[in-house]
Amino acid sequence: MSTTTAMETHTGTAEHHELSFIRKYIFSTDHKMIAKQFLFGGLMFLALGGALAVMIRWQLGFPGRPLPMPLRILFPDTMAPGGIILPEFYNSLVTMHATFMVFFALMPLMAGVFGNLLIPLQIGAEDMAFPRINMASFWIMPVAGFIMLASFFVEGGAAGAGWTSYAPLSTSGEWTGVYMGQILWLVSLIVLGFSSILGALNYVSTVINMRAPGMTWFRIPLATWSIFITAWLLLLAIPILTGGLLLLLFDQTIGTAFFRPEGSGEPLLWQHIFWFFGHPEVYILIVPAMGFVSEVIACRSRKPIFGYHSMVVAMVSIGFLGWVVWGHHMFQSGMNPLLGMTFVVTTVVIAVPSAIKTFNWMGTLWRGNIHFDTPLLHAVAFVALFIIGGLSGIFMASAPVDIYIHDTYFIVAHLHYVLVGGSLFGIFAGITFWYPKMFGRMMNEGLGKVHFALSFLFYNMAFFPMHNLGVQGMMRRIYDPNQYEFLQGLQPLNTFISISIFCFAATQILFAFNFLWSLRAGKVAGNNPWKSNTLLWTTPSPPPHGNFPEMPTVYRGPYEYSHPDREEDYWPQDEPPATTGSGGETVTTPTPELVPGG
Amino acid sequence: MSDAAVTTMDRKPMPGMMVYNKKLGMWVFLLSEVMFFTSLIGTYVILRFAHPDHWTDPGVVLNVPLTAVNTFLLICSSVTMVKAFASIQQGNQKGLQMWLLATILIGATFVGVQAIEYNALLGEGFGPVLDLYHAVGRGNPHEGPSLGGPLYGATFYAMTGFHGAHVTIGVFCLIFVYIRSLQGAYTQDSLEGVEVIGLYWHFVDLVWILLFTIVYLI
Repeated sequence: MSTTTAMETHTGTAEHHELSFIRKYIFSTDHKMIAKQFLFGGLMFLALGGALAVMIRWQLGFPGRPLPMPLRILFPDTMAPGGIILPEFYNSLVTMHATFMVFFALMPLMAGVFGNLLIPLQIGAEDMAFPRINMASFWIMPVAGFIMLASFFVEGGAAGAGWTSYAPLSTSGEWTGVYMGQILWLVSLIVLGFSSILGALNYVSTVINMRAPGMTWFRIPLATWSIFITAWLLLLAIPILTGGLLLLLFDQTIGTAFFRPEGSGEPLLWQHIFWFFGHPEVYILIVPAMGFVSEVIACRSRKPIFGYHSMVVAMVSIGFLGWVVWGHHMFQSGMNPLLGMTFVVTTVVIAVPSAIKTFNWMGTLWRGNIHFDTPLLHAVAFVALFIIGGLSGIFMASAPVDIYIHDTYFIVAHLHYVLVGGSLFGIFAGITFWYPKMFGRMMNEGLGKVHFALSFLFYNMAFFPMHNLGVQGMMRRIYDPNQYEFLQGLQPLNTFISISIFCFAATQILFAFNFLWSLRAGKVAGNNPWKSNTLLWTTPSPPPHGNFPEMPTVYRGPYEYSHPDREEDYWPQDEPPATTGSGGETVTTPTPELVPGG
Repeated sequence: MSDAAVTTMDRKPMPGMMVYNKKLGMWVFLLSEVMFFTSLIGTYVILRFAHPDHWTDPGVVLNVPLTAVNTFLLICSSVTMVKAFASIQQGNQKGLQMWLLATILIGATFVGVQAIEYNALLGEGFGPVLDLYHAVGRGNPHEGPSLGGPLYGATFYAMTGFHGAHVTIGVFCLIFVYIRSLQGAYTQDSLEGVEVIGLYWHFVDLVWILLFTIVYLI
């Protein structure tokens, strides 16, 4: 346990020369450093997206009331004169909140951070297949983020056509008052697409080609499986979006008419292109969280994951089915009811693999020796909230019901249940679980539990009532619901939701504090603080350049917890099988992390 | 990156796809390229079915004979690329250099012919922009009724333009490989770079055969 300091000098088989500061921390090709860069970048954009959400909720909770004092002077008259948010600026807020959260926070935090951190360490590779492409994949993100941020400062403000940028609303500034901002939005996402594709290319190649001896497909930990599937989705979905974005950019800049009805273009075509990308994208945002949660639940319940193979098959089938359901976003776009019916059926079929996963998680927890620490709490919250989000999804998957709730707050409630309750809690589970490996120290457990409890409470207080708002007819992107008499009675509920969101946002300060404070003051973690089985935990925390002193050999699956023949309740993947001694007693070799330098 | 690939081979990990990383990476990258061109071709198919009046018969506006020659050139460049790879497989440095140079020249010629074609088409009013579209047909003076519609022009330039950009990028990559070959960077045992750029080049060629058929001939 106390061997970590001794190991810090040990740098594995890789080259021993010291890298310069710039090569080590900025233009690093080490997958672990790139994971950390994605982590800090993603968390910053998460905070930014959260700040925009707070602004949105201020307007909805207290319509027409000036922003509180420090914020009031921050915004020029083109955004919020006298602190009162303008409708145009509100459009930008809604658009940019979603854009930052989806493309700059959740995607980097899931695929960027954990793809980079986990894949080589869990499959026993020294680094990614293409370390320099990996570095490029990170550095494209801040460039795209800078372009996106710059759009707030150009004339007309940031894009305001929603994150879906439906044509013809997005094809011309006549409708939104946004000219340059919409162009920058498109350019930024086109640039960001390269980051995703380069990252995905790396993940796919690494998992296929760089597994350590013995790491067969069905010994790969589920977190790596989930990112592998996500990488395929990224690889195949992002180019579709890029193609669509480029054509939309031509419509706006040089005056083509792909999506402009005035030139016989087809606005509906944009919706098809967007959602053909967009639905796989939805799974890009949730499948990695499923992997993290599987890992955490198995480890903290000290039980083999229930139905490992069915977990993998379920994720693969979710990945496949994600390609044939995009029409369910467009039931209201004038689709042939027969075609709509097809999309209803394919969408509802996704409930089957989702339910398999859910029951498997519960089966894993069942009669487990559950350790209620922060990662497990977040993981169980993920399962609970994913069930609620999944069930509300069935409502809108069914076309006749969707016609009633389409583009209302019911949708907002659903997507936040899967993207905040699902993805974000999954990310919290992942960060708290793998933080010790990344930084060598544990996060504070007490603070973590308080953060979890408050987050869970305020989260549900904020988002559950939104179902109610939606069923009563409150529109999804409305600036001031009070302009309709039938929505005026919902104002107290809206105020309640807003206050809950403010509390939820404030709670995240606890997480930020815990994260930063533990970097220096956290308890030293040792190699394997959770007593987990994957190869990742056989390396020192943080792992040296090159990861493994020598190539590990894998003997078993990743979830051999509480094996009846063993004293310890875990069985690392690289531990050689027990040999029977002369007297018939079982002789096991010592676990690798107890051997200094091993 | 080459040293990473070498150490990977030394490690003898799980068999994976039985190919080296760079080749696998290029395959995977080309899959994403397939999806990119799918989005463009899909757009074309949907717009053409929705607005057949925007299109004309083949050869009325577009210069099919010229492009047919250009297509033939590009197919030839795939042959020269194969010859380049075959040369280095036999350790023939001179052959590699010669065939690479031939591929570069043919590729550049393809892009040049495309630029000339664009120039002529724009002169005849066949452009991508809605407000400026006034195609009068090949070889006509600047008068007469407008043929087809702006969606014809827009999809034409989007598909052929992005393909042309891919060829241009390919030519630059080939120039890079050519310079490396002059330095003797490739041998019989180390020819990954040649093979990988070859994969890209054949892919771009293949896409063009598809595009030529659906844009010019149908």
